[in-house]
Amino acid sequence: MAVLTFKTDKCKGCGLCVDACPKGVLTLAADKINAKGHHPVEAKEPEKCIGCAFCATMCPDCIIKVER
Amino acid sequence: MVVFDKPKALADVPFHYCPGCTHGIVHRLVAEVIDELGIEGRTIGIAPVGCSVMAYDYFNCDMIEAAHGRAPAVATGVKRSDPENIVFTYQGDGDLASIGMAETVHSAARNENITIIFINNAIYGMTGGQMAPTSLPGQVTQTSPYGRDTNACGFPIKVCEMLSQLDGPEYLERVAVNNVKNVKNAKKAIKKAFENQVNGKGFSLVEVISSCPTNWGMTPAKALEWIDEKMIPYYPLGVYKDRSAE
Repeated sequence: MAVLTFKTDKCKGCGLCVDACPKGVLTLAADKINAKGHHPVEAKEPEKCIGCAFCATMCPDCIIKVER
Repeated sequence: MVVFDKPKALADVPFHYCPGCTHGIVHRLVAEVIDELGIEGRTIGIAPVGCSVMAYDYFNCDMIEAAHGRAPAVATGVKRSDPENIVFTYQGDGDLASIGMAETVHSAARNENITIIFINNAIYGMTGGQMAPTSLPGQVTQTSPYGRDTNACGFPIKVCEMLSQLDGPEYLERVAVNNVKNVKNAKKAIKKAFENQVNGKGFSLVEVISSCPTNWGMTPAKALEWIDEKMIPYYPLGVYKDRSAE
């Protein structure tokens, strides 16, 4: 299984990673606000992740690390 | 096994760019290429004026801040004074295609052995969304609230097409960063542009069709769709000149 790590404090909540994910793993956390005042990304279904790194490819802020 | 992580040539600081701005993607691609070619110790970047004015904070190589539009002239000096350096400029459309047009054209005509990363988002971002030389016909901006009127304001400048008419440049390609496939193609183009310089081939410019969600007045996702719908039909992607392939 692939493992996603987020630098949540740097996330700007643009959602480009959410749209890029082919498996619908990611979501913007509606109940959380980071230091920048954004709803940061989180993995709602991490077990579905296939480690394609499409999310990290589209992230403009380079906050996603992908391991598998 | 790490599949994806931040490249070493990219500084570990938050970007000041707006949410969803694709400057960050292009910064990362440049940093990945610097890592892959192992040239961080001898690379010097030239930052422009515009949204990416603070690019000097984001790369771990040496950086110089140029006066508005003059990055190719500064790069020429840096490269000629020590040709072992790998010199790149990172410029937006207001910097490269407007005030810096003379420097751009003449450095291309001289076939200076430098690499230019040109971000085209069809608007002046930093100053608040005014019409740029690259704004599309009919595009609504702060200074064209009824859409760009080509009778009064002329037509957008297609930089790659224009420079391809010169005998000087080695390599010109236009790419986009609005989806995963295009980002991967953009990476290949940027890598080739740096390899050309390492191999002493000459002037290489990669035009990156980029988004400006804030000043286009769109969500980040909608802005990427707008690139497909409006930008790419006017600015077709592809290689405009590649002398080594001819």
